[in-house]
Amino acid sequence: MSIRDAAVEAYREALPALVASLVGGLVAGVVLGGMRAELRAVPGLLVLVPALLATRGNVYGSLGARIATALHQGLIEPRVTAGDRRLRAAAAAALGNGLLASTFAATAVFLILSVLGSRVAPLPVLVGIAVLAGLLSGVVLVVVVVTVVFAGYRRGRNPDTLVGPIVTTTGDVFGVVFLLVAVRTVLFLGGAV
Amino acid sequence: MPTEWTVRAITRAMLPILLLLTLVELGSGLVLGSFESELLRYPTLLALVPVTIGTAGNLGSILAARLSTAFHLGTLSFDPTDEELAGNALATVALSVTVFPVVGVGAWGLTSLVGQTRLPVRTVLSVSLASGVVLAVLAVAVTLAATYAAYRFELDPDDVVIPLVTNSCDVLGVLVLFASVQVFV
Repeated sequence: MSIRDAAVEAYREALPALVASLVGGLVAGVVLGGMRAELRAVPGLLVLVPALLATRGNVYGSLGARIATALHQGLIEPRVTAGDRRLRAAAAAALGNGLLASTFAATAVFLILSVLGSRVAPLPVLVGIAVLAGLLSGVVLVVVVVTVVFAGYRRGRNPDTLVGPIVTTTGDVFGVVFLLVAVRTVLFLGGAV
Repeated sequence: MPTEWTVRAITRAMLPILLLLTLVELGSGLVLGSFESELLRYPTLLALVPVTIGTAGNLGSILAARLSTAFHLGTLSFDPTDEELAGNALATVALSVTVFPVVGVGAWGLTSLVGQTRLPVRTVLSVSLASGVVLAVLAVAVTLAATYAAYRFELDPDDVVIPLVTNSCDVLGVLVLFASVQVFV
């Protein structure tokens, strides 16, 4: 195989997944671009954004990879109705770890910006936003990842190649959309209290 | 050894690396924070953030997955004249040249649909294309280094390389975006 052949093959195989996640990223970007008022109202939120988005990818990408491997090995059945104990444990662990990482990120942003003497929103506001956004997007992502991986597997698709593009696309979109919902909710509650 | 399917076992395997990666991501957040005023002035630039870092991470992780499969199959050698290695690296750069103009025009177009653009499309296109090509080269370098390190330390590249590559591409993505905003805006 020449360099050219190897390059053409790699290019052809990668382009569709790349374009799919590009669409998700653009939608997420436009929502983020429309969130400027909220970003101004909560100093430190922008610093938190990459960590929150990456947590979605890391946690639910790992959940998807775990389920894909288990399907290949016949450890779990591709049915949600079974209420499989293993599947519930994996989903609960993903959700729990995602929330811990989000709380950790919000606390770290507060501490770092305070030490640097930058303007930063109160700790409960940042943690509240991170936890609420993590919970909402986590529940949706668990459902999406499990459903799509199972449906793809039953139709004879390799779940390994489905997980990456699904998690990056839906993770970005739901990550930013639920971040907006969480900011508005926390600001509303903060104003009401 | 596969992790047992209990909340405790999964958490023990995942949480330490997750917290470490979160700290890495805070680095890219701090870079974003340092040009917050430009990002808040130009919504198109803000719209570029998730898609630029996401695409950079995807370029890196697709390359990493392909190299790691080739590595498991034993068809990969770490030699600059290796066709598979050179071909995949070349494809990564070609993909970035294909995709990043779409990123720039898409971000500009969607933002102007919402009615908020202040930058000309030419500027946004320059920012995204320049960022994309630089990022593709960096993603190739990081992925090769990480795959080679995993091979030397006898780790499974599937476990180590992809999280390392996607998260470092996030940080590099924001840094490169920052640099090209300074050059073009």
